[in-house]
Amino acid sequence: MKPGLEHILFISSALFFIGVYGFFTRRNLITMLMSIELILNSVNLNFIAFNKYLWPGKMDGLFFTVFIIAIAAAEAAVAIAIIINLFRSHHSIDVENAEELKY
Amino acid sequence: MNGSTIIFYLLAALTLACGVLSVSTRQIFRAAIYLLFSLIGIAGIYFWLQYEFIAAVQIVVYAGGIAVLIIFSIFLTQQAGEKLPKQKIERKTFSALAVFCAFALVMLQVYQHKFPASVAGASPSVQVIGRQMLNVKESGYALPFEVISMLLLAAMVGCIVIALRNKKEIEPQRHQDTERHIEIQ
Repeated sequence: MKPGLEHILFISSALFFIGVYGFFTRRNLITMLMSIELILNSVNLNFIAFNKYLWPGKMDGLFFTVFIIAIAAAEAAVAIAIIINLFRSHHSIDVENAEELKY
Repeated sequence: MNGSTIIFYLLAALTLACGVLSVSTRQIFRAAIYLLFSLIGIAGIYFWLQYEFIAAVQIVVYAGGIAVLIIFSIFLTQQAGEKLPKQKIERKTFSALAVFCAFALVMLQVYQHKFPASVAGASPSVQVIGRQMLNVKESGYALPFEVISMLLLAAMVGCIVIALRNKKEIEPQRHQDTERHIEIQ
């Protein structure tokens, strides 16, 4: 069976929910960040698949993917700076110990 | 079943298997490596779809940038060889259940929906992509491009400010150290 749009949608939604599962179960900030990266990647895959199979003449999905990748890079950099700063002051990167971020 | 189909299924299996391992392994360094392979698998799927530009961006930014950033932050924050603590079994079961139900619901919707006859078009060349990205006329993406560049600059400055070690924190420590030194002497 030749792979089509449905197959790619299956991969991307499976990847999305794998990321959500990781986000629910993990309690370490870096692994939670990795789950978020998986979620963002599944969204990118979705944009590309719809662009390729449903609107082949246009490139909007492609540009959205490029911008999402740029934003994900910025987000990962800021998150890791916060995590390292938190580790310096608390010697732990567990979310249960990060309650003080609220105040 | 031709070669292209087999390659697609191999890439899909690589991506999903590495994704599952990445969220389930208890060694954080292995989780980062599995994440790296999952990202490479997605880049392979982009290559399979003949979006070579996006695949190259994916490899450069994700596999080359973010994965290395995550690995370095693991080195900075984690003790070597230390495993993550075990999670409660209830939390695992309930999140797996919730995630599985949501996945089933989404896939049901996808398979019931009749997509318009999908014709895989030719992939755009890099020249066309560049021309539309920096176009200021209709359907050009020059404004988002500039906004993203400002965002990247702001994120860079923010990272430096956040991760900067506070001078006042260091100096009292040094002071204490010298005091201790004097006491010892």
